[in-house]
Amino acid sequence: MALFEARGIHKRFGQQVVLEHVDLSFEAGRLSGIMGPNGAGKTTCFNVLTGRHRPDRGRVTLDGEDITGLSPDAIARRGIARSFQVMSLFDENTALDNLIVALPEVRARGFDMFRRLSADDAAADRASAVLARVGLAGLERRRAGDLAYGERRALEIGIALASRPRLLFLDEPTSGLGSESTARLAELVQDLKRDHSVVVIEHDMQFLFALADTISVIHWGQVIANGTPDALRENAWVRRSALGGAA
Amino acid sequence: MTKRVSSAGRWLPREMAVLLVALATLPLWIEPVGLYQYLGVEIAIWMIYGLGFNLLLGYSGLPSFGHGAFFGIGAYAFGLFQLWAFESLWLGILCAVFAAFVAGAVVACFLSHRRGIYFALMTIAFGQVFWFIAIKWHAVTGGEDGLLNIPRPALDVGLASAGLESNTALYCFVLAVLAAVLVLLWRLVHSPFGKVLQAIRQNEARARFVGYNVWMFKWTVFSLSAAIAGLAGSLFSMAQQSAYPDVISLHASGIIVMMTLIGGGFVSFWGPVIGVTVYFLARDVLGTLTETWLLWFGLMFVVAVLFKPEGIAGAWQEHVGAASGRSRARRALAGLLSTGRD
Repeated sequence: MALFEARGIHKRFGQQVVLEHVDLSFEAGRLSGIMGPNGAGKTTCFNVLTGRHRPDRGRVTLDGEDITGLSPDAIARRGIARSFQVMSLFDENTALDNLIVALPEVRARGFDMFRRLSADDAAADRASAVLARVGLAGLERRRAGDLAYGERRALEIGIALASRPRLLFLDEPTSGLGSESTARLAELVQDLKRDHSVVVIEHDMQFLFALADTISVIHWGQVIANGTPDALRENAWVRRSALGGAA
Repeated sequence: MTKRVSSAGRWLPREMAVLLVALATLPLWIEPVGLYQYLGVEIAIWMIYGLGFNLLLGYSGLPSFGHGAFFGIGAYAFGLFQLWAFESLWLGILCAVFAAFVAGAVVACFLSHRRGIYFALMTIAFGQVFWFIAIKWHAVTGGEDGLLNIPRPALDVGLASAGLESNTALYCFVLAVLAAVLVLLWRLVHSPFGKVLQAIRQNEARARFVGYNVWMFKWTVFSLSAAIAGLAGSLFSMAQQSAYPDVISLHASGIIVMMTLIGGGFVSFWGPVIGVTVYFLARDVLGTLTETWLLWFGLMFVVAVLFKPEGIAGAWQEHVGAASGRSRARRALAGLLSTGRD
């Protein structure tokens, strides 16, 4: 059984159908990609899968549990974390505090009003380890708002990673990055593959084809192709489209 | 191992110790400097109110412009308990805190999925509802006259009892309550709960996506802040020996916002403490020079919002070289005016 499944997802905003009978399935321990042209419905799909939007129809399951229509926080507590294309950090906090607040053990005592969080060295250690993993070692005390763009992208992933997710959704992680930073990010995602189940939306096809185990292609709100990168390279539609050319 | 060397969150930080020593010695020096004992009582009560209010405004980014309602509910609840039930300091205060907490909890049910301008407008609306009730429910609240001749019950601690009739005795009691509130709130803002509130203020959506039930946090902090306002209100009705609708008015609710902003509540725990002190000194010092002192205080508020949203505390932080709170304060102010709902 797949770790995460979406069956028959349908979503419309007013008269506009954005997702139409979308079926997706993500295996544990794999890196799954979602690609498609601009406006295809990729981010809406992410938003539906992670609880920001409730689907009009369809069913979403995590490890067999129906999570359709649950709130984002309820879905997050079940082990799904996501990063955002438009960066979404706690800008006034230090990089370390951004991660500390995302740790599951800190979340579990979120209503604790008396214990000093600053005295929790174990939490700080765990957050530091995550920070080092995303390449931000030494920047613990830097305010998130003062980090460079590429560092903020890494922190965006770090926040998702700090919650020790069962499934990690990354929304356009290379967005706005130069080639050097993209290469570093590819290394990071490759590293994450070792011990995480990851789903990546990306329109950098080279990035996605190099890293993903399977890819789903979304176009006009529908999944039009599904398979390994090699199989997709042979797909007639992908070959005809600009997507295939880039890969 | 990462050692996070920080004084934040200690039970009694240096600033608090200095403040408490200054306040504890106030009865000795306040009259020699030309002021009067009752001013200390007022300042201490409003500091409690301001500190509780800043949990919402400064720490959670929730602009409550009708918070006077909970201050007033505390004042009325204390008065009604003394007048209708029996004289008891502790039960009266408990009744006031509970009444304000319940009122806050009910109002928070309607507010906690709102933010920005919608949140602010709804707090004004609820504030007006409570003000209207206070004016019109004459049989209970005394209407426009309010409740008069509320007794100051004695401080009874089991084996010993002390009267609070004199302003000095009342001041000592209020100061002890203020000290307890300071310690507990200082601890709270450095706890996981406090850090989550600050995360919600900065980025509510992200806080939700890392697994926090934002609605519940907003509900909790609003109810808690209302309860603290109720505590301050109960002390106020003891001090004034009356409770009246004016304290619930929009005007009174606005004053606590002004105090908090001018003091620098957006960037510092001490913002409301500073703001309250400045307000009362302005009233009593500036007030001896001109009847229009509130106009000047209002202008100070306008200047703060336009040019120094980080307030006096922020200006001090800049002066001593600490990280500027300007961007935080500006974002927080912008957040007050932003629109949106969850």
